Amino acid sequence: MIIISLLFFMTATAISMLWLRDLFAVVMLSGIYSLFAAVIYMVMDAVDVAFTEAAVGAGISTVLMLGTLALTKSKEKVHKKIAYGPLALVLITGGILVYGTLDMPHYGDANAPIHSHVASRYIEKSGLEVGVPNIVTSVLASYRGYDTLGETAVVFTAAIGVLVIIGRRKKKRKKTGAVNDGGDIA
Amino acid sequence: MADTFSGLINYWVAIALMMIGFYIVIAQGNLVKKIVGLNIFQVAVFVFYISMGKVKGGTAPILDDSIEVYSNPLPHVLILTAIVVGVATTALALALIVRINRAYGTIEESEINEQDNVLDASEGKP
Repeated sequence: MIIISLLFFMTATAISMLWLRDLFAVVMLSGIYSLFAAVIYMVMDAVDVAFTEAAVGAGISTVLMLGTLALTKSKEKVHKKIAYGPLALVLITGGILVYGTLDMPHYGDANAPIHSHVASRYIEKSGLEVGVPNIVTSVLASYRGYDTLGETAVVFTAAIGVLVIIGRRKKKRKKTGAVNDGGDIA
Repeated sequence: MADTFSGLINYWVAIALMMIGFYIVIAQGNLVKKIVGLNIFQVAVFVFYISMGKVKGGTAPILDDSIEVYSNPLPHVLILTAIVVGVATTALALALIVRINRAYGTIEESEINEQDNVLDASEGKP
């Protein structure tokens, strides 16, 4: 019941993000949306995911978006009314996905195929093999350690990408002068 | 019927959230709003995954002698990785938006296209 009410709040937040024109409000609502998601993860036993979502999803993402708004504009100029082509596409996609869930195992079903293979091995043996009580930590840092190393590489690449794209603004201006970046075409 | 409903409602709401995000990405013209839509979609997928990992009567997957049933830790690990990678891609997208705003002076898709068309016409391109 608590999950259904939280999901209802998430849906309400998402729909108001769709309608609002003030981008500052949209960004704050996206932080609230992430916090609702964190509470849902908590209720569904995913404690590690919950605090990562609260810190990274609701915290860092929101700060990054607010920074972008400070550097650009915080009002949406062109607000489109209902676009029927995309709406039809979205409804068809959603319908197909809902059809796909109809023969899925129900929520909380202990006999679902997802629980029957490697997960039970981690639960039974990770305490002996790795020695950390938190199974998520064991899997993340030991069994799937290379995956986490790859994740670090992705974050590093993204950081370099951000620096290359927006870094060293003043130098560029001085060098290229008036013809900078095609900004004079308007 | 009521059983099916209560068993699958989580997945359906997650799909509805995904579709709201998808609609924002394809139908809205503002670039920041598109990224917010992408985030909505992403979090909806996470909720879907975590829903699948829950076991009725289970607890958080932290080992203790007094506990019999644990929820599935594997979706948690996958989503933990996905959240961090998601923020990395969001940061890159936002940096691109800042750069686009510097070059075009706008973050509206329609105005950017307009400027591109004017530029193409002045250079004699089709």
